[in-house]
Amino acid sequence: MAKKKFRGLVFIKPERCKGCEYCVEFCPTGAITMSDKFNSKGYHYPEFSAPDKCTGCGLCGMYCPDFAIYGMREAVEEG
Amino acid sequence: MSADAKYENPVEEFLRTDRLPHVWCSGCGIGTTVNCFARAVKDCGIPLEEIAVVSGIGCTGRVAGYLKLDSVHTTHGRAIAFATGLKLAKPDMHVVVYSGDGDLSGIGGNHLIHAARRNLDITVILVNNLTYAMTGGQVTPTAPHESIATTTPYGVFEDNFNLPYLVAACGASYVARWTAYHVVQLKKAMVEALNKKGFSFIEILAPCPTIYLRRNKLGAATDELKYYKEHCVIQNGADPKDVGIDLLRPDKIIIGKFVDIDKPDYITAMNEHLSKKLGDKYVPWGV
Amino acid sequence: MAEIRYTTADPKGVLTGVHYMDGNHAACEGALAAGCRFAAGYPITPSTEVVERFAARIPTVGGVFIQMEDEIASSICLQGGAWAGLKAMTVTSGPGLSLMMEHISLAACLETPCVFVDVQRGGPSTGLPTLPGQADMQQVRWGAHGDYEIIAIAPSTVQECFDFIIDAFNLAEMFRVPVFFMMDECVGHMTEKLVIPKAEEIKVVERRFTTKPPEEYLPYKPDEDLVPEFPYVGKGYKFHVTGLTHDERGYPVINAEAQHEMCWRLVNKIKKNAPKIWKYEEDQVEGADVVVLSYGISARVSIKAIEMAREKGVKVGLMRLITVWPFPSPRVKEIASNVKAIVVPELNIRGQVAREVERVTAGTTNVVRVPHAGGTVHDPEVILEAIMEAAK
Repeated sequence: MAKKKFRGLVFIKPERCKGCEYCVEFCPTGAITMSDKFNSKGYHYPEFSAPDKCTGCGLCGMYCPDFAIYGMREAVEEG
Repeated sequence: MSADAKYENPVEEFLRTDRLPHVWCSGCGIGTTVNCFARAVKDCGIPLEEIAVVSGIGCTGRVAGYLKLDSVHTTHGRAIAFATGLKLAKPDMHVVVYSGDGDLSGIGGNHLIHAARRNLDITVILVNNLTYAMTGGQVTPTAPHESIATTTPYGVFEDNFNLPYLVAACGASYVARWTAYHVVQLKKAMVEALNKKGFSFIEILAPCPTIYLRRNKLGAATDELKYYKEHCVIQNGADPKDVGIDLLRPDKIIIGKFVDIDKPDYITAMNEHLSKKLGDKYVPWGV
Repeated sequence: MAEIRYTTADPKGVLTGVHYMDGNHAACEGALAAGCRFAAGYPITPSTEVVERFAARIPTVGGVFIQMEDEIASSICLQGGAWAGLKAMTVTSGPGLSLMMEHISLAACLETPCVFVDVQRGGPSTGLPTLPGQADMQQVRWGAHGDYEIIAIAPSTVQECFDFIIDAFNLAEMFRVPVFFMMDECVGHMTEKLVIPKAEEIKVVERRFTTKPPEEYLPYKPDEDLVPEFPYVGKGYKFHVTGLTHDERGYPVINAEAQHEMCWRLVNKIKKNAPKIWKYEEDQVEGADVVVLSYGISARVSIKAIEMAREKGVKVGLMRLITVWPFPSPRVKEIASNVKAIVVPELNIRGQVAREVERVTAGTTNVVRVPHAGGTVHDPEVILEAIMEAAK
């Protein structure tokens, strides 16, 4: 019988980010860290460094003042 | 990542993405409140074309320019007066005033209290970052004691507004205060306010890292949100009289939904009253 | 392109018949006949009767009146009403007009079609609340900050308070501009016969709503006559407009190029269309040696002075301005080249309209100011003296 599981997905738009780190601070599982890279405005932006930790709660997306990151939960069928 | 529509940012369709990135600073809480608002608009059940946003001048006043709704960016302090005309002339619109503490309670104070007194069916979202940020950080009527501003370089000695108390005393139907940290409750409050018939008012404490936090040595924007997390106490139904914030760093800030009552809004009262007085001769408005 | 759409007045707002009422009341009836269904005002003598009557009439016509908390609120509240799609007005006098300045600038910048009625009184400051003046004429044109042009109309009789306020609303719709109805306490409070025709005899201009679908509509893309189409609120246009300098999309653009585009169009919108806006009345100007140029109540007093001068054999004509702004410069220049003098009586000391005559005639004729501090109208003898002196 197929068992339903969920995975968390996080999408980042580096060019919109201003490096405020809300997403890093308020991610409950620490799935997001700040990258060493810069966007064209000179800001560091986050990366989805630990996808396995992500529960897909979407809080990163709710906090982001710049609409640069958002998360969601996706159902995954598993046998 | 995938270009699938189901992987799109849920708030993208409510934003003027052709104008992003926006003007707000790194860590500015206004963007977070707009994020909540966009989600509230998505979930409130009101057709998008029926929502109009009116804002004033200031950092928060720029909100009207980033939301993909009928929107008007008016003059300093007068968004509520404009919204009054818009709502009265087109009662089927849900009119939202989205502006800042200086704009709405300083120069706009008179219009705020009268709209609340009239129980005009509009939603006022007041982002309170305790400063006139756009113009460089002057003192506002909400700035707490001892806070530093460019026009109070030795610290504020005046008493400040307890906004929920002020607005509730004037007769608002819905009064709440949340913060940019409390995104889940804030979004829910915005849905309630949008659907509430009558004057609904939400004060949102939000960080201004570039000016207010920096001048008052309060750390980064994330520090401010952490401060809200630790020191805000949710007391739904609290007496608005007790929710003033008059210290720079109080131990306790009371937040929550303070007032949620039902009473006839301005247009309902107008129609009822004039029908009674004029009988058949009255031409009902907006029904 | 959105054409100017004419229709006839909605009979619900037309009090057809022969009446005996004062100018303020007539202005209210004219507004209703023009289709005004929204007014926001604040009490100020000598204008208040206009909104008092509106408050009494509108519930049975269908519309809204709200007394706002001050003139600053009224002057933007009516714009909210206008943007919602209604014809809207506010009513005030000198001190209130001064308070409204920022929002006059906003109306000009947003291109809000609306009418501001100013029943002028003696100033400055609190001045003479119950007595006439004509000292707001320059304020109405230049008082608000920035570059823009407005339209101002001055009625002289109660009938004109009715007829010309309809013109005011029509011009506001045609040119998407705030139009100022410059009455004065005398015209506002005098009682005369007023004939209100049948609704189907009253020509009314409809709002220049866009005919384009939302995806193609741009809030400030002008038509050939430099006037942009108006959006619908609540129909999915999702427009954005701002008082910041903006481009065709309505978005703020903070640079000199956008400023150049926007401001020149706001000014040219009225200047280039001025020939369609000018309205004046002439009497025996052809062949005159002296012409009296006046407006509002002062023009009526001038008629008496002119009568007396003609009895003394002076060839004197009357040029009565109905639209004061835009100023009919070409015609005034033409008159100036044919006469010895232009005499300008007005109820203000600094020659608020006289100086415009001086400016456009640039020394080609003798411009004689007949100033008056206000508080009452000129003695016709004083204007007569000026005419006689000028005719020498």
